[in-house]
Amino acid sequence: MSAATLTPGTTTRPSARPLPRRSFLRDTRIVLVRELQPVVRDPFSLVFGLVQPLVFLGLFGPLLAGSAGEALGGDVWLWFVPAVLAMTTLFGTSVTGSNLQLDLSSGVHERMLVTPLSRPAQLVGRALKEMVPIVVQSAIVVLVMLPFGLRPDPIGTVLTLLQLAVLGIGVGSLSYALALAVRKQEWMFWVVQQTFLFPVMMLSGMLLPLENGPAWMQAASSVNPLRYVVDSGRAAFAGDLMSSAVAWGWVAAVATAVLGLVVGVRAMVRSAD
Amino acid sequence: MIRTQALTKDFVVSRSRTVHAVRGISLDVEPGELVAVLGPNGAGKTTTLRMLTTLIPPTSGTAEVAGYDVVTHPDRVRAAIGYVGQGGAGGASQRVRDELVTQGEIYGLDRRTARSRAGELTEALDLTEQADRKIESLSGGQKRRLDVAVGLVHEPSLLFLDEPSTGLDPHNRANLWQHILRMRTAAAEPMTIVLTTHYLDEADTFAERVIVVDHGQVIADDTADALKAELAGDLVTLRVPPEHAAPLAGIAERASGTRSVRVLRAGGVSTVEIRTADGPGAAPGLLRAADAAGVPVSRVDVTRPTLDDVFLGLTGRSLRETAVVDAPDGGQGTVATGSTGGGSTNLTNNSSTNNSSDSDSSDKKEVLA
Repeated sequence: MSAATLTPGTTTRPSARPLPRRSFLRDTRIVLVRELQPVVRDPFSLVFGLVQPLVFLGLFGPLLAGSAGEALGGDVWLWFVPAVLAMTTLFGTSVTGSNLQLDLSSGVHERMLVTPLSRPAQLVGRALKEMVPIVVQSAIVVLVMLPFGLRPDPIGTVLTLLQLAVLGIGVGSLSYALALAVRKQEWMFWVVQQTFLFPVMMLSGMLLPLENGPAWMQAASSVNPLRYVVDSGRAAFAGDLMSSAVAWGWVAAVATAVLGLVVGVRAMVRSAD
Repeated sequence: MIRTQALTKDFVVSRSRTVHAVRGISLDVEPGELVAVLGPNGAGKTTTLRMLTTLIPPTSGTAEVAGYDVVTHPDRVRAAIGYVGQGGAGGASQRVRDELVTQGEIYGLDRRTARSRAGELTEALDLTEQADRKIESLSGGQKRRLDVAVGLVHEPSLLFLDEPSTGLDPHNRANLWQHILRMRTAAAEPMTIVLTTHYLDEADTFAERVIVVDHGQVIADDTADALKAELAGDLVTLRVPPEHAAPLAGIAERASGTRSVRVLRAGGVSTVEIRTADGPGAAPGLLRAADAAGVPVSRVDVTRPTLDDVFLGLTGRSLRETAVVDAPDGGQGTVATGSTGGGSTNLTNNSSTNNSSDSDSSDKKEVLA
């Protein structure tokens, strides 16, 4: 092989080579593209993530329509589909730390740490990748539900998908941060993830309206960002784009993303030892 | 290329317990050297490597790698070095070519250059057929070659290999080394290579310089041949009837070049073990002297020393016993991994060193003193 092709005029001092220009954006893009490569090469893998939402829509949706249809007023699908999309986002992104766990236990993460790649970019690139499965899977769920009578507001649907993508950045980052925090006791990852997952889901009013719950549940749900995102999705699907619910949904999604990125980047920077 | 001074790493395990993993290692590695850091598990090899590759900061002391301090200019060091860690470098769901292209981009190549570099490396490391396969489908040897390819993407002038061939069968180990050595000389200037290993023959065969580490300190540092000649010497083993053992030991002690003599008795025969500077040269003289004195020698063995003998001489422990974790029978079953020198490896000799390592080590400490 022609070893000298890439660095003509290599000098005796290796360090005398100019450092390649580094930018945070370029590093983030490299990490993002690397994370997306397996998805692009094997897009069918995204379909597995669709099983769960479709089961809920197929098996829980009819029950909901039968038992609470009256109380929800009007279209059950406009109420339930946005919730299922939020659920898919929550489930899909909260487990993504396990991908990083694989890289931690093999040598992939260590290999990245020895390169000049920016460490914050290693977290941000991974977190941004979470948006892709969310948007693709959510779009498929919406399309699948159209023949069953779902008639969402088109702009509201697009905005909801974007909002979920932003939420997913945050939840995904927190999942990565968790994987990094418990890297010396890997099993802890699933304990913590499961402990958070179900309360967050129940207290978001995804499956049944919270309005009928006790006061303490309503109080607890008021600090759950997912609740605002779910409410926002329902309002947007119904075409109520200018409502305060949608605005609060964005506040919650962006706040989750910012919190997740800050916590995640801190964990990533400290992940060497 | 590498210059460390009193490099130290402590790990605080709990309030009352601190592990001193590396205790003041000072090293100089010149450009182009091929250095093996040899020692048992837990000796501090990997910790030292992790400091030199900027993964962890030293507790105290300094390290300059490729011209830059690892603490103050980690990015400069990272840009200059290649690293092949103990674990696999490729993501399971990634494809071989994709990982190499990504690695090239990380080091600043544009996508097109990175692609052509990936092509060169898959060819050079015999991975062309696997280039579009997922890494999880590769064999152990193929994965390890990919790890080396990933470490070489940016043509580093200094390559760190952390236990490169652990887990590979002898055939794949030889194959991997063939590739590493070829890549080393293919570069415009010979690449400096620092590897850690607990395989004795790996250090013996491939390294031009062996640094023996134990309990976080350098206990020997020289070429394998010099270490063996200075610290161990050849072993001449003569078998005689028990009543002739003492006179033969006397003859051996008077022979020139003899460093130590030891008499072992097993069953109805005695064995006289003679450590000497030049075994093949000393054996004929010993036999003639024995003949002249009427000592009937029934068997002769000349064993060239291994690096294990060196380690044994330095520490009183056998590297094999401490290091070979996957061999349930400890040192006994590892005859094949040890000697690569020309001499015969004699099972009797091996088992006797293992069984009586205490007396053996005291003999050798005399040699050192």
